[in-house]
Amino acid sequence: MPPKKKAAAKPNVSAEELLGHYREMLLIRRFEEKAGQLYGMGLIGGFCHLYIGQEAVVVGLEAAAEEGDKRVTSYRDHGHMLACGMDPKGIMAELTGREGGFSKGKGGSMHMFSKEKDFYGGHGIVAAQVPLGAGLAFADKYKGNDRVTFTYFGDGAANQGQVYETYNMAELWDLPVVFVIENNQYAMGTSVKRSTKSPSLWERGAAYGIPGEEVDGMNVLAVKEAGERAVAHCRAGKGPYILEVKTYRYRGHSMSDPAKYRTREEVQKMRDERDPIEQVREMLLTGKHASEDDLKAIDKEIKGIVNEAAEFSKESPEPALEELWTDIYATEIPQEA
Amino acid sequence: MATEILMPALSPTMEEGTLAKWLVKEGDTVSSGDIMAEIETDKATMEFEAVDEGVVGKILIEEGTENVKVNTPIAILVEEGEDVPEAGSSPAAAKPEEQKSEASEEMPAKAPAVAAPAAPAPDATPDWDESVEVKQTTVREALRDAMAEEMRRDDNVFLMGEEVAEYQGAYKISQGLLDEFGAKRVIDTPITEHGFAGIGVGAAFGGLKPIVEFMTFNFAMQAIDQIINSAAKTLYMSGGQMGAPMVFRGPNGAAARVGAQHSQDYAAWYMQVPGLKVCMPYSAADAKGLMKTAIRDPNPVIFLENEILYGKSFDVPVMDDFTIPFGKAKIERAGDDVTIVSFGIGMTYALEAAEKLAEDGINAEVINLRTLRPMDTDTILASVRKTNRCVTVEEGWPQGSVGGYISSVIMQEAFDYLDAPVITCTGKDVPMPYAANLEKHALVTTDEVVDACKQVTYR
Repeated sequence: MPPKKKAAAKPNVSAEELLGHYREMLLIRRFEEKAGQLYGMGLIGGFCHLYIGQEAVVVGLEAAAEEGDKRVTSYRDHGHMLACGMDPKGIMAELTGREGGFSKGKGGSMHMFSKEKDFYGGHGIVAAQVPLGAGLAFADKYKGNDRVTFTYFGDGAANQGQVYETYNMAELWDLPVVFVIENNQYAMGTSVKRSTKSPSLWERGAAYGIPGEEVDGMNVLAVKEAGERAVAHCRAGKGPYILEVKTYRYRGHSMSDPAKYRTREEVQKMRDERDPIEQVREMLLTGKHASEDDLKAIDKEIKGIVNEAAEFSKESPEPALEELWTDIYATEIPQEA
Repeated sequence: MATEILMPALSPTMEEGTLAKWLVKEGDTVSSGDIMAEIETDKATMEFEAVDEGVVGKILIEEGTENVKVNTPIAILVEEGEDVPEAGSSPAAAKPEEQKSEASEEMPAKAPAVAAPAAPAPDATPDWDESVEVKQTTVREALRDAMAEEMRRDDNVFLMGEEVAEYQGAYKISQGLLDEFGAKRVIDTPITEHGFAGIGVGAAFGGLKPIVEFMTFNFAMQAIDQIINSAAKTLYMSGGQMGAPMVFRGPNGAAARVGAQHSQDYAAWYMQVPGLKVCMPYSAADAKGLMKTAIRDPNPVIFLENEILYGKSFDVPVMDDFTIPFGKAKIERAGDDVTIVSFGIGMTYALEAAEKLAEDGINAEVINLRTLRPMDTDTILASVRKTNRCVTVEEGWPQGSVGGYISSVIMQEAFDYLDAPVITCTGKDVPMPYAANLEKHALVTTDEVVDACKQVTYR
C-alpha cells in the first residue's frame, strides 16, 4: 500500500480512496468484458447489456452511500450490483442461468436482486423502476428511518410518463430518493437530441420543485461529490434530488447492437480522452500514489476475481427442474435482511 | 498460455455468421477493447473486440468466410515470444455441444394441479358456526371494517389511492379511516395510477403492506405493467428473495350507464397471471372474510369489487376475527339437476335463475367461487360429477372468459360425467353501450341463464 497522501488533482482525496475507486471500476470493466466473451461463447443467452464506459457513475455514488441505503435500476445492472458489493460469482452465474446465480438462474442478466445488499433489481421495463424506487423511499420514510434510495434510470426512460408521475408524488411527500439519470446519450439507437428538445433532463425536476444538477459522469470524484450533496438533501428530510450524470457507453445497447448510429471516432475519442478508469490511473501515477507495478498487481488481482467468477458460472449446475415451480407464491412474507 | 479466439454469438439467435473482415494481422499486439474483426450476423455487421491481451499468433479463418459456426476457433492469441500451438489443442476451447441445454426435452409433464386420479373431496365446512350471531351489513361496510381491523392489527398496512382520505372514498369504502388512522396511513394520491401503483409495489418491496385502491379497475389499465411485471413476477425473478405483499382493490365491471370505458370486467385478465391471487366476492361476508385474508397474504392480491353490490346487505358473523380462506368456493344452494358456477355480481343472475328453475322443478346447485386464483375446481368437479351438467355465469366478454377456463377443466377432468356440453353465459362480445336498453342486453341476463340450464337439462 503506498503511503496515504494528498492527490495532486483533488486535494481532498486520499490515495487509499483513489485506489478503491480504481479497483471497483476496473472490476466492473473486466467483469463486463468477460460477460461479453461468455456471451460470444453462447454461455450467456438472451439480452445482455454491458456497462463499459459508465463505471464512474455507480462507483462514485456508492461511495456516497451508507449502510442500509437502497438502490434500484434498469436492466443495465451488472455494474450496480458489483458496486454495491454483490458477489461477482453469483452475478456471473445468474448471467449463465445457473443454480448459483443470485436468482437461482430464474432471473437472468436483467433480473437480479439482493435483499442482503439492499439491491432491488434489475427491472426490464424502461422506467418501471422509477416509481418502485420512490416506493422503497416511501417505506423508509414510513418507518421513520433516514435511509435513502438511489433510483437509476437512463436518458431514454427520462421521457416516460411514469417518471413524472413519480417526481410529482416524491416531492409532494418529501420522499428520500435520489433520482440518478444516467445520460449515456443513446436510448438504444436514438440519441438524446433526436428524442427531446429539452436542453437538459435534470431541469425538468424544477416543474415539480425538485432540485438537481448535472454531473460529469466520467469523473468518479465529481460523481461522488454530487452524490454526497444529493444524499445530504434527502437525509435532511428535504425530499428528492435529481442527478443527471453525463456518461457514455462504449458498447452497443445490448450484445446484438452493432451501434451504427454513431461513429467509431466518437467512441474512440471518448475512450482516449475521458475514460473514467484512465483518469483515476493518471491521478494515481502523476500523484505518485501508486507505481505502474502497483497498478499491474491490482489488474492481476481483478483478473483473478473475474476468472474465478467465470469459472464458477460455468461449473455451477443448471437449476433443478423442480425450480420451475418454486417462488411463484410466497407462503410467508420475506423478512427484512 | 495460448488462447483460442472463438467465433462469437452476437445476438440471442445467432448460430453462424460471416467473418467479414480482420482488422488485425498475425503478429499484431492487441489489448482488451481493441476491435479485432467485423462479423456479419443475420441482422447486422458487428465489431468484435479483444478481451485478453496478447499477440495474434495465427488467424485460423480467412476473412470473407461465410457460415462460420459459433464457437469455431477463428484465431490464436499467444503471449509475447510464445510459439503458436496446433489449432484445437487449447484447453480453453469450448465445445458448443456441451453448452446445449437439454432441459426442454427433460421437462416433466407437470400438469396443472388437476390431474389427480381420485376425485378429491371439496372442503364443505361452513364459513362460520351456526351458533355465531350475525348482523346485516352492506358490502361497503364489510370492506371498510375488514381494512380497519387489519390496520389495527398491523402498523405496516396502509391505504393509498385517489380520494380515499379526505373525500372518504369515491364510493365511500374508506369512510372514517382517515379519522381513525391519520394521514400517514390513509393517503390521497394525485390521479396517476401508473405512478402510485408502482410506488405501492416499491413500498411492498421495502417491507410495508399497501392496499392500493383504484377508483375503478378500468383505471388500473394505466398501471397494469406495475401490477403484472413488477408485483406478480418479482418473487420468481428474485429466486424467492423479495415479493410484493399487497392488495390492489376497487370496483370492477359494469355499474350503470357509465359507458364503454368504465364498464369492463377484468376477472379473466388477472386470473391468467401466475404470481397474482384474484378475489371476486359476492356477499358482504365474502367481502369481509376475503379482504382480511388478502391483506394478510404475502402475495399481490387483486380484489375485484362491484359498485352495484356495495349497497347490498348480507349476514356477516359477529366475530373478532372472521376470515375466509382463498381457494374455497361456497355452495350457495344445493341441487342435483344442474351446476351453476359464478362469482361476484354474476351470483345475482345465478341465484335468480335458480329460483326460477325451481318453479319448473329443476334443482340447480349454485357455486360461488369467491376466488378465481386459486380456483376451487374440486368443488366444481364434485358438483358436476353429481349433476352431470354445468352452466357458468359472468358479466365479462366471451372470448378467453372465466367460464371458458372452467369448461376446459371440466372437459379434461370430468368428461365422462357430462350429459351435455358446458354452456358459458357471459356478457356480449361488444363494448358497453350507454343506452339503457342496450346496456341491459349487453350484460348477461337471468333469462339467458335459465335458458342455458333448460338446454343442458333437455327441458
